[in-house]
Amino acid sequence: MEQTNFQLKKQDAQTHEWDTRLHHATKATREDWIGRGISYFCIGIIILVVASMLWFITSKGIATFTQNHVSLWKFLSGTDWAPDQGKIGALPMILGSFAVTFAAAIVATPFAVGTAIFMTEISPNRGRKFLQPVIELLVGIPSVVYGFIGLAVIVPFMRHLVGGSGFGIISATFVLFVMVLPTITSMTVDSLRAVPRYYKEASLALGATRWQTVSRVILRSATSGILTAVIFGMARAFGEALAVQMVIGNAAVMPKNLISPASTLTSQLTTGIGDTIDGTLPNNALWSLALILLLMSLFFNALVRVIAKRGQLKHER
Amino acid sequence: MNAKRMDLIATIVIDLIVASVVGILFFLLAYILSAGLPHVSWSFLTGATDAFSGAGGIGVQLFNSFYLLVLTMLISVPISLGAGIYLAEYAKDNWRTSLIRSAIEVLSSLPSVVVGLFGFLLFVVKFKIGFSVISGAIALTFFNLPLLTRNIEESLSAVSRSQREAGLSLGLSKWKTELGIILPVALPGIVTGIVLSAGRVFGEAAALIYTAGQSAPVTNFADWNPMDPASPLNPFRPAETLAVHIWKVNTEGLASNAAALSAAASAVLIIAVLLFNLGARLLGSYLYRRVTASK
Repeated sequence: MEQTNFQLKKQDAQTHEWDTRLHHATKATREDWIGRGISYFCIGIIILVVASMLWFITSKGIATFTQNHVSLWKFLSGTDWAPDQGKIGALPMILGSFAVTFAAAIVATPFAVGTAIFMTEISPNRGRKFLQPVIELLVGIPSVVYGFIGLAVIVPFMRHLVGGSGFGIISATFVLFVMVLPTITSMTVDSLRAVPRYYKEASLALGATRWQTVSRVILRSATSGILTAVIFGMARAFGEALAVQMVIGNAAVMPKNLISPASTLTSQLTTGIGDTIDGTLPNNALWSLALILLLMSLFFNALVRVIAKRGQLKHER
Repeated sequence: MNAKRMDLIATIVIDLIVASVVGILFFLLAYILSAGLPHVSWSFLTGATDAFSGAGGIGVQLFNSFYLLVLTMLISVPISLGAGIYLAEYAKDNWRTSLIRSAIEVLSSLPSVVVGLFGFLLFVVKFKIGFSVISGAIALTFFNLPLLTRNIEESLSAVSRSQREAGLSLGLSKWKTELGIILPVALPGIVTGIVLSAGRVFGEAAALIYTAGQSAPVTNFADWNPMDPASPLNPFRPAETLAVHIWKVNTEGLASNAAALSAAASAVLIIAVLLFNLGARLLGSYLYRRVTASK
């Protein structure tokens, strides 16, 4: 009796131990919980940053319209920018930003596509060994250095060439051209490399020359990728602040031509935000410019997605 | 015109384009180095700046740049490591993950001036910390996080599946597998990414003008107590970096030798960035040899 009791007790203890082992988390599971917690926390921080950035800038940016009761249409279409006197027409800056962005993209795209064709089709070996580092170095040069070179070389050059001050949209275009060139080039290279090899082989087997193959087969099937590259370049140009601000002249007037001082959204922001008082109309108006920048960046982002999706559909068909 | 001649013309045009792109880079480097290096001297690298005109040495700015870089990396590397592990290991293929990816993409495509203005709004206006090293470092973290996260995720995902399975089959947790097996294998790629992003952070100015500020108060380099206002390590003092200094000297133009000054500072900045790029390659391939035992 005594013995069975003891045995029962021992059994009990054993089942209890198995119970805890089977029903409770192991060391590995607990580690996994902690790890999961840490990584969720980190991704949470990033989401929080993005959300609060969108929220803060939007709420500051719409204050011009909700608190100062400026009409949105007047803000977007007005041509006078003198926030101290209550005139806040943002059209000069909006036009300036779009002008330098499109001009830089138009100048840079042929250079970028040409370089990319050289790197993928004409001389892949030299492309990898020599041009890849060149492109990476161009990406690595900080934007203030581009601005300084623009100020020291391009502005005086334009002054000699066409007269005037040398500051203006054309100088900004040249600086931005060099800045977006590596972005567009490296993304174009990626999309050219992604073209299936047999496309090229089929074309060459039909007796097409290299240029015929490149222009009619490779470039055509990489169109959506190249377009994406150009849009990325434009997004970079649109958001570039200091290099543009240093060479464009920062006159908030309607751009009459390419060689007179103008301004962009970013240049107006960098020069203005430190001189205005938080909560006043001039300050709110600047935040509205920042909101436009933000929305344009979201727009470029969405555009890239749409193009990528359509490109995908084309390949599937 | 026949196809062969067209082919020749196109090839020549493309060659010319490539030559001009290479020419632009060499011109840029040659210009900066030839205009700047003659003015670089030991006293320029360590000297104090004249607070009014901006003339003089760049000692404090150079220190600030490195200090901000170190602080930024201390904050952003752990966060992006966690986020990268999340995306590579825990994220399921569903709408929530694609939302997170879009958010990261949005953050990476925001202009740096917008990131800087957000930092200004949050730390300088709302929290009233003022222009300070810490505000600048956090703004740079925002700017750095998306790229670093993506780089870490790509490096982790590139590690072969069998390594993961080996870890799990030994009874290790996912987390242990990730830290003990996958991370060391992915380390060369991650380190390369970190050093490259350090180069970007080092040259960034737009995000710093309104967060770390545009003044470099003279600091007492004998005082290493971070709580002391005069100490170079105090995270609450304003800190103009080298890149911001170049911008400021050029736009305010009070120094009589502004051009020579900013050429010299640009040369220093470019050399630093080149060293970061070179360092990223060397360190990456060294680590690759170490962890993979290949020669």
